[in-house]
Parts: sequence; C-alpha cells; structure tokens
Amino acid sequence: MTADAAPDTRDADVERTHLTCTLAETWKTPAGFWGALSTVDHKIIGRRYIFTAFVFLALGGVLAALMRIQLAQPEARLLGPDRYNQIFTMHGANMMFLFAVPVMEAMAVYLVPLMVGTRNIAFPRLNAFSYWIYLAGGALLWIAFALDMGPDVGWFAYVPLSGPQYGAGKRADIWAQMITFTELSALAVAVELVVTIFKQRAPGMTLDRIPVFVWAMLVTSFLVIMAMPAIMVASTSLILDRLVGTHLFNPAEGGDVLLWQHLFWFFGHPEVYIIFLPAAGMVSTMIEPFARRPAFGYLALVMALIATGILSFGLWVHHMFVAGLPRLGESFFTASSMTIAIPAGIQVFCWLATLWDGTLVFKTPLLFIIGFIVTFVIGGLTGVMVASVPFDTQVHDTYFVVAHFHYVLVGGAVFPLLGAIHYWFPKLTGRMMSETLGQWSFWLIFIGFNATFFPMHILGLQGMPRRIYTYQPDLAWHGMNLFVSLSAAVLIAGFLLFFVNALRSARYGEPASDNPWDAPTLEWATASPPPSYNFAMIPVVSGAQPLWNVEGALPVAEGLRTDRRELVVTSLAAAEPQTREASPRHSIWPLWAALATTVMLIWSIFSPWAVVWGSIPIAVTLIGWFWPKGTPEDES
Amino acid sequence: MRERVVLDLARLPLHGTGAASVTWWGTLAFMLIEGTGFALAIAVYLYLMSLATTWPLDAPPPDLLPGTLVTVILVVSVVPNVMISRWAEQQDLRKVRIGMIVMSALGVAPLIVRIFEFPALNISWDSNAYGSVVWILLGLHTTHIITDLVDTLVLAALMFTRHGDNLRRFGDVQDNAMYWNFVVTTWLPIYGCIYWIPRL
Ligand code: HEM
Ligand SMILES: [Cu+2]
Repeated sequence: MTADAAPDTRDADVERTHLTCTLAETWKTPAGFWGALSTVDHKIIGRRYIFTAFVFLALGGVLAALMRIQLAQPEARLLGPDRYNQIFTMHGANMMFLFAVPVMEAMAVYLVPLMVGTRNIAFPRLNAFSYWIYLAGGALLWIAFALDMGPDVGWFAYVPLSGPQYGAGKRADIWAQMITFTELSALAVAVELVVTIFKQRAPGMTLDRIPVFVWAMLVTSFLVIMAMPAIMVASTSLILDRLVGTHLFNPAEGGDVLLWQHLFWFFGHPEVYIIFLPAAGMVSTMIEPFARRPAFGYLALVMALIATGILSFGLWVHHMFVAGLPRLGESFFTASSMTIAIPAGIQVFCWLATLWDGTLVFKTPLLFIIGFIVTFVIGGLTGVMVASVPFDTQVHDTYFVVAHFHYVLVGGAVFPLLGAIHYWFPKLTGRMMSETLGQWSFWLIFIGFNATFFPMHILGLQGMPRRIYTYQPDLAWHGMNLFVSLSAAVLIAGFLLFFVNALRSARYGEPASDNPWDAPTLEWATASPPPSYNFAMIPVVSGAQPLWNVEGALPVAEGLRTDRRELVVTSLAAAEPQTREASPRHSIWPLWAALATTVMLIWSIFSPWAVVWGSIPIAVTLIGWFWPKGTPEDES
Repeated sequence: MRERVVLDLARLPLHGTGAASVTWWGTLAFMLIEGTGFALAIAVYLYLMSLATTWPLDAPPPDLLPGTLVTVILVVSVVPNVMISRWAEQQDLRKVRIGMIVMSALGVAPLIVRIFEFPALNISWDSNAYGSVVWILLGLHTTHIITDLVDTLVLAALMFTRHGDNLRRFGDVQDNAMYWNFVVTTWLPIYGCIYWIPRL
C-alpha cells in the first residue's frame, strides 16, 4: 500500500555531489513557457509576487505624482474633478490592496519556508493560484482605469456614494470585485503561511526559536483570516445592492449606511497592522546582523506582536468619530486606540536597546531601519492625537490625516520593506545591491519623504481638505503646496534610484556568498539564491540564532528520499519530527482555476447569472487540480 | 556551510492524519475563515434588527416546515458522518465506500428541501433589508452545502478507483467529514436567526 515497499533512495546513501544532482532533478520546475506557468516553487512564485507588487508601487507612484503636479498651484488645470476622483481612489486602492498587503505576503512566500528550514510552502498549488488571482485583480483595476471605468469612490468606497443611488456606471462594481480578487489571494497565502509555520518548521525550532519575522507573519496571517471576511461580506453586499437590488445599505428600506463603515473598518483597521506587523518583524530580524547581537527582548517583541494583533480588532470605530455614534462608545475606542501605542512602544524600545548595545554596521538596510524608527514614531504620535475625539473632529478629512497615515504607511512599512529588499536581495537574486546607490536612494527618500509629508500636517491644521482637486489662491496654501510637490519630486527620484539599483544589480551586481551579512537565520544556511530544493539536508535547530549558535558545522537531519519530493512535518510546539510528507509537483491547473475564477468574477459585474454558470468551469478546474496524479502514493 | 548529521528521519511514517497532517490544518484554517464570515453575516442580521422598529420588516415570519426539515436531515447526517470518519481512520475501504455513498445522498437531500425553503421565507430579497439579509444568510449556507457536496462526490468517486486505498485518501475522507460537521454546526445559529428570532 505505501510506497515504502518500493526500493527508495535516501540522502544518507549517496554522495554529496550526487545528492544535490538528484534533488535538483526531483524539485526542479520544468523549463520553458509551460514550466513557468505551472511552477509551484515558492521561490519563483514569491519573486514574481514581489516584482509585481513593486510594479504596482510604481504605477501608484505615477498617480501620486499626477496629484502633486495638480496640487502644486491653485486652480491648476491638469486634472478635472472627475479624473482627480478616479486618481486618488486608484492611488489609495492600488497602494493598499495591490501593493502594501501583497508585497508583505510576497516577501513571506519567498522567505518563510527558507527561514523555517523547509523545502516548499504548504499547499504549493494554492500558492500558485493565489498569485494568478492577485495578478488578475490588479489587471482588472488598471484596465478598467485605462478604459475610463476606474472607481472614483475613494479607497474605502463609502455608501451611499458607492451605492446604486449615486454610483452610476460600473465604477464601484469594479472596486468591489477587485477587492474580492485580492482578498481571495491574501486569504490563500495566509492559510499557507499558518500551516507552513505550524507544521513545517525544522526539527528543534521550538516556539521560542522562531525568527521574529516569521512570528510576525504568523500573527499577520491570523489577522488576514479574521479581518478579510469582513471586507468580503461588505463588498459582496455592496455588489448585491447594486446588481440585484438588495437593500442592506439603503436606509429607505431598513438598511443602514453606517453598517458599511462598521464592516469596512472592522477590516480596515486590522489592515493597517497587516501591513505594519510584517514590517516590524523584518526590522526585528534584520537588526541582528547590523547590530551584531541578538535582538533585545525576544519574548517582549513576540508578545507585542500578538498584543497588537488582538487589540487591532477593538479599534475600528476610531475611523468613525465624526459619524455621529454614541459618546460612550467613542470614549471606549479612544482609550483602546491609545492602548495600542503600548506594544508599539515596547517594540521601539527593544530596537533601540538592540542598537544601543550593538556594534553597528552602517549599511543601507540599517539606514532604512533607523529612518523607519524616526518616521514611525512621528506617525505614532500623530496617531495618538487623532485617536482623541475632539482633535479628530477638527482634522478629519484634512491633510493632517493624509500626513498621518503616510507617516505610518510609508514610514512604518515602506521604509522597512526597502531595507528588507536590500538585505535579502542576495538571497533573492544571488547578487548584492550597490551600496553607494543604496545610500543615495535612502537619503533622497528619507529627506524627500519628510519634506513632502511633514508640511501636510500644517496644511491640514490650516484646513486644507483632502480629496479635492484644487483650491483657491486666496487661501494662501499655495506656497506650502508648491514646496510639498517639489519635495515629492525628490522622494520619487529616490524611489527611481532604488528601482535602477535593484534592476541593475539583479543583472550586474557583485555575486553574493551564501551569507554575505553573516546573519544568524536559516535562510542564510543555503546558497544564494537557494537551489530548487532549498536545503540538501534539513537543518536541525538548537537556538534562536541557528547560524550563530553553531561552531563550524550545521547540524542536519538525514533520511529523506531524494527521488521524489519529501519534506518533514513536525509537531506544533516542540517541532519534533512527525512524518515525511509528499509535496505536490508542478501543475497547470491552478492557472486554469484562476482564469475560471476571473471570468466568473468579472462577468458577475454585469450579470448575477455569472455566479451560477461561471462556477461550473471553476468546479471542473478544481477537480482537475485535486485529482490525484503525480503524488507518490498514486505511483505505486 | 559544513554539515553534521544529528538526526535520522528515515523511520518516520509517510503522511499522517489529524494534527499530524498539513491538510487537516488547512481545512481548519478554511473553517476559521468561513466561520468568521458566518459570524459577521449573523452580526449584520442582528445589527439591522436592532435598528428596526418591527422585526421582521413588513413580512410574516418564515414558515417553519422546510427549514426544520433541513435541520433534521443535517443533524441526522452527523451520525453516519462520524462513523465514516472512524472507518477512514481504520482504513476500512469497503465501509468507507458505502459511507461515501450515504453521505453523498445526505448532501443532496437538504438541497432538495432547501428549494422550498427560499419561498417559505415569505419575503423576497429585494423587498427590504430584512428580506435581503435572510436571503443572504440562507444563500451563504447553501453555497457551503453545495461545495461540500461536490467535494464529497469527487472523493466518493475517487474512493472507487485505484487511488482510493491509501492513507492520504483516508485522511481526505476524515477532513471532508470534519468539514461537513462544520457545515451542520454553522447551520444551527443561522436556523435560530432566520426562524426563531422573528418569533420571539
Ligand atoms: C510616492 C509617494 C506618495 C505620495 C507623493 C502620495 C501622495 C498622496 C496624496 C497627495 C494623497 C491625497 C489625495 C487627496 O486626498 O486628494 C494620497 C492619498 C492616499 N495615499 Fe498616498 N502617496 C504616496 C505613497 C503612498 C503609499 C506607499 C501608500 C500605501 C502604502 C499610500 C496610500 C494612500 C492612501 C490609502 C490614500 C487615501 C486615498 C483616498 O482618500 O481614497 N500612498 N497620497
Ligand atoms: Cu485605525
């Protein structure tokens, strides 16, 4: 019955060069076009995912540039009000749903399996599916925009503006379905990550030895699992109201517009932490090689991540202070919003202590870490300010809020991310990024960012509203707006330099050694970039800094087969080996399933029957996907 | 990096079930996602109810018969479902095959009754917000029955092929049974909301 009876080859029985050859043969992605479409290698998919997310960052940046050109002078005529509405909506929706969340998941798809010492992510075919779905959702949004059907209702698409009464055409439907695409893909990745982290950690990687970035992704994945259903319920209800005449958000028939805001922010607030927690995890992990010591307060860091995750669900109402809710509720949400500053503060102090006590190596990633700490603290302080109702009532819908959330999002997530790209670039590509260009781009981005967004606080306090396409000259905002727009040019130049550096280095950068930063985590125990099978022998972990804790030789396990895809499944807490699990081979079915889903979701913008007829091809592709073919048990 | 062998994995079993299996955890995670979705849909129902002056809005309460019949079928189906899970654990192929046929039938039966459940709500989805939310609750749950039924049918077919007799497939049968229990369990609060809250 089991394939155990068949003669097998184990790694222990073969010579090293022969071993790596066989493993490479077993785990490789087939060559050519079909191979590329059917791959299930988490590294290939992860790289693709990261690249795509950065393309969306660049596109969103172009929109930001357009807005800043328009706002550089009073009564400018580059963009009319309609275009401007579409552009700020596209910018926000694109940055949140197509860049910030996916890029964090993408980094994890690439890094987590390597950091926990396994050979592929759990459910590799689902992983392939999630990428295709994400790509389709992104394409839907941008193609609609190019066809002048882009959403224009703001990234949070408040009803009734987005409802059937006011949101004419298909713009709001495009928004709603784009959400469904991206949530599907985010949920799929969250499930894969949870299971990979729970069950595929290297033997010996007990809970207190999991790298902090991996912890951060675990907490983030749970946030995704608990928060994303809210936005799916919301966007599906919205499209039902628009398409088949339900009345959930229609007050005239017993519905409620605030229901939308509750559902949206029950998701939207954790969403901010879905973006921030991975970034915080990146910092805690990257800081070690650049401070040359283990991160201070491992337990405190992990607890802070978990606490933030839990608290983030209790805060959504602080986005609704001006919506006219009962006072008592507001005080509660003010208090809980301020509480979340505590775990954030704990992390900041742990990082500072690590840097304080460390021997600092001033390479580009460390610059981004320090830039992050500075900016994030400012964003956190203005966060405490807007958490208080009287203040929020004043600045709500002004540029103060725009300043605040860019400090948190760009300072709190994009800075660490750019540092992380410099840091893990050798693992991603096998080459180093240029240090000179890296430092230049850091300073341009850091100075450009602060010069762009700091004055927006003042503009906001002076009353400049957000989401308006222009302003009158006699309001005397224009000097500062001009300054902001010029600074945005510096910021964008910094991003361009970063892109140039990354693209150039991917080709011509200096070849990287296995562990160029002398870092302690497992992904550095294998080649740069890693071979298809990740590790020739599965590492065995005996400390929180596996590569610093061992002298000379890396402890490893033997006994896996080489002639087919096997990885180790370990127990939840103690990471003791439980089984040898077969990992799926490449398959084209996830792509077909994604295409079938895409057809159904886009068709359903136009007709409810799409859900019925469109699910038939989806079912067919899913059966093709799961039909056992190529799993080792079926070969015997 | 040089390596030093400290552990031998050769004796480990191939594939595990329950907490030792990755698909079991994956199923659990999907149940958590869908459970959250159900909880939110119920929250929407209660939220709209709290705003309304009368509930149901401009409609009589739903007729009890079809919904109660579905409830009975679902609750009864738990018995063979638990048994099939046990047989799968014992890797008893013959009994599992029979069980899969029974479970397929028990997946089709509630769907047939459900066809009568929608008209028994006594309101259309586009009449008012109350109508919308009960249709959505019922629709959401129906989708779950349908997807699990398709899953069960495919797996049943699989168990009759040469692929059936192996540990991995028995594990799939167990996971499928777990998921069906979830579909039944989530129905109970929805049943309460749709049929009994309007009668309170
Ligand atoms: C290149 C740097 C960026 C610049 C110059 C920029 C500029 C702007 C401006 C001027 C607005 C306000 C539009 C208005 O209210 O009229 C805005 C809105 C927004 N930005 Fe950015 N942004 C940048 C990067 C980002 C990034 C990286 C993110 C997210 C990770 C982001 C997320 C948002 C969101 C969510 C909105 C709100 C959109 C809405 O109100 O619907 N931005 N941005
Ligand atoms: Cu918030």
